[in-house]
Amino acid sequence: MDATTLRNDLVYMAIFTLAVLTMPFWLDPFGANYPDLLQRFAIYGIFAIGFNILFGFTGYLSFGHAAFLGVGSYAAVWSFKLLSMNAIPAIVFGTVAAGLFSVVIGYVCLRRAGIYFAILTLAFAQMSYNLAYSVLTPITNGETGLQLSLQDPRILDRVFGAPETGGLPFPVFLGYELNGYPGFYFCAVLLIVAFFVSLRISRSPFGMALRAIKSNQTRMGYTGFSTRPYTLASFVISGMYAGLAGALLAVTDPLAGAERMQWTASGEVVLMTILGGAGTLVGPIIGAGVIKYFENIFSAFHEARLHEVFAFLPDGLEDVLVTITRPFVGEGWHLTLGVIFMLIVIFLPGGLMEGVRRVRSAIGRSSSGHDPSGRSEEQAKLHPAE
Amino acid sequence: MDAILLQVLNGLDKGGAYALIALGLTLVFGTLGVVNFAHGALFMLGAFVAVVVNRLLQIETVKLDETKLTPWGTPTEIRTPVVQDWLGDFGAFLVQYSVPLSILAAIPVMLLVGWVMERGLIRFFYRRPHAEQILVTFGLAIVLQEIIKAFFGANPIPLTAPDTMSGSANVGEWFGLGAGLAYPWWRLVYLGFSLALVALVLGFLQFTTYGMVVRAGMQDRQTVGFLGINIERRFTVVFGIAAVVAGVAGVMYTPIVPPNYHMGMDFLVLSFVVVVVGGMGSVTGAVLAGFLLGILQSFASMNEVKQVLPGIDQVIIYLIAVIVLLVRPRGLMGQRGVMES
Repeated sequence: MDATTLRNDLVYMAIFTLAVLTMPFWLDPFGANYPDLLQRFAIYGIFAIGFNILFGFTGYLSFGHAAFLGVGSYAAVWSFKLLSMNAIPAIVFGTVAAGLFSVVIGYVCLRRAGIYFAILTLAFAQMSYNLAYSVLTPITNGETGLQLSLQDPRILDRVFGAPETGGLPFPVFLGYELNGYPGFYFCAVLLIVAFFVSLRISRSPFGMALRAIKSNQTRMGYTGFSTRPYTLASFVISGMYAGLAGALLAVTDPLAGAERMQWTASGEVVLMTILGGAGTLVGPIIGAGVIKYFENIFSAFHEARLHEVFAFLPDGLEDVLVTITRPFVGEGWHLTLGVIFMLIVIFLPGGLMEGVRRVRSAIGRSSSGHDPSGRSEEQAKLHPAE
Repeated sequence: MDAILLQVLNGLDKGGAYALIALGLTLVFGTLGVVNFAHGALFMLGAFVAVVVNRLLQIETVKLDETKLTPWGTPTEIRTPVVQDWLGDFGAFLVQYSVPLSILAAIPVMLLVGWVMERGLIRFFYRRPHAEQILVTFGLAIVLQEIIKAFFGANPIPLTAPDTMSGSANVGEWFGLGAGLAYPWWRLVYLGFSLALVALVLGFLQFTTYGMVVRAGMQDRQTVGFLGINIERRFTVVFGIAAVVAGVAGVMYTPIVPPNYHMGMDFLVLSFVVVVVGGMGSVTGAVLAGFLLGILQSFASMNEVKQVLPGIDQVIIYLIAVIVLLVRPRGLMGQRGVMES
């Protein structure tokens, strides 16, 4: 790696870090500055970065990634119950448990590629979900979900004499209870670390190998390159990211339910990654942020709010617009999501990041005349999800 | 013995639904080469055609009968469906048989839906990667189910089978196994219906010239194109047929499970597994795998089996899919080289 790339990456990292840490300030005007939502941005950002390592870099579309999220959550809550309310063991256990789980599943599923891989992962995730609901109830507490209770042993906390509170304890780190803004900053730091790791992976020979697998696995095989360890490593790393995200979900809100593993949750992370731009570094995080933002803001809209929004228009027009937009907000925000998603896949398969690139290259072309190189890059990036 | 027969029957009617959805799914894949994640939504749309027909037929007039009083002292309301007012006994018959009659409405509606879907969206995705086909149809499925949710709400809407076909059939007596074995009539009707529909589609593909050309196109669309046949148009027709099959399967399923907006997705996931087990692009494979998995699932939910292998009923279908994909990647009846990579 030459020095300029390294310097660019450092600048990139610095900007990213700054942007993440100042999120409470610059998201304020958008009405997104409350800790619960900010935590979600960071957590699902991590989830999407991890998914992108598998789908965006390596080209394997997994429809069962939520299983790892769920495993991470359960492991983290068990760590709270058995060991300590400290967040560090919880995220370590969550990540490791999801990692081990993904070794097993990845070993089996990666025997196939393409749509078969998607269906195999879907099958495993559905199996985990169904089992978590039925037979594994002693571990998962079934439909109620796994929760903390006052009778939990919490061995380490007892041994080190952590202060007893009257009610249920909350996950802590360095003495801070991890709800509200401390919780967000905890997740944000991990998001930055996760992003840094993904950046390093993408710049490393390992990342190059993953990209090569995506573009032509057969040719990789012909050059005497065993792709299996690389795909498995990519799958496991991606599973560990999901486990970390799941553990963080448990850290910021210590309960875990099986619905986290349902295939709709797997579908959601696919949407996030595609929306932002699969294969790009920062795209998945943006996608996760946009979807979670829409979920929170749009689903809170209701008819009265719509009338307020369109109040500046003449009455008749206002009513018409409210009638048209009504099904898209509130309960129906999934409809908006579906429509946006379809439009993105149809017209902008590279996601929002491709949109940014197209706009930038259009501006570049108009200011500096015809630029053939920008065009060819655009062509090459047209099918990143291939 | 009774128990076994009952489980086979149970499996067959569920298997019938799997088979009908999987049939369309694999047909679309085999002809257009498109992986259609919105196929379950077509099943759901069909079920809601039945709901709409039922609601239209149920539009009532309310008359107050002053001679009879309710326990609260108010006049009794006599509600008669408008069609019954107009058409007398024939109207009553229409109301009674609204579910099977909805098929007549579902066929044109689903043909139209299928045609719009294929010409309006799927056609542009023939040459795009499978991942993008999956994603765009997945988005379409979300949109369709959300639209249905906006109009009909999130709660399941119960529909009833005609009186003559509700209640239970004494299946045990037919087979000389004692009178204890009863089975709902409507499920038997559904089983017969799905078998007939499967036979119809397979017959169409196997024994008509049109079907022969379609099969030839599945083998080698280019050569068929060179022979001067507009194979694209025939494939669009096939898509329409697949949509109709899924739709009427949904119509007939409504008395068994009350339709709700996410029923399509629930069935889609399983139907995909069925298609993969049967072999991608193989029509007979999909049908056989549908019935097979339905039966296996109902056997796995027997108490005796559950005691030996707890939780097996929850995972059996997926487990079979995993085993089949690993041991025989192209599925039970799949052809060599179809999506085998």
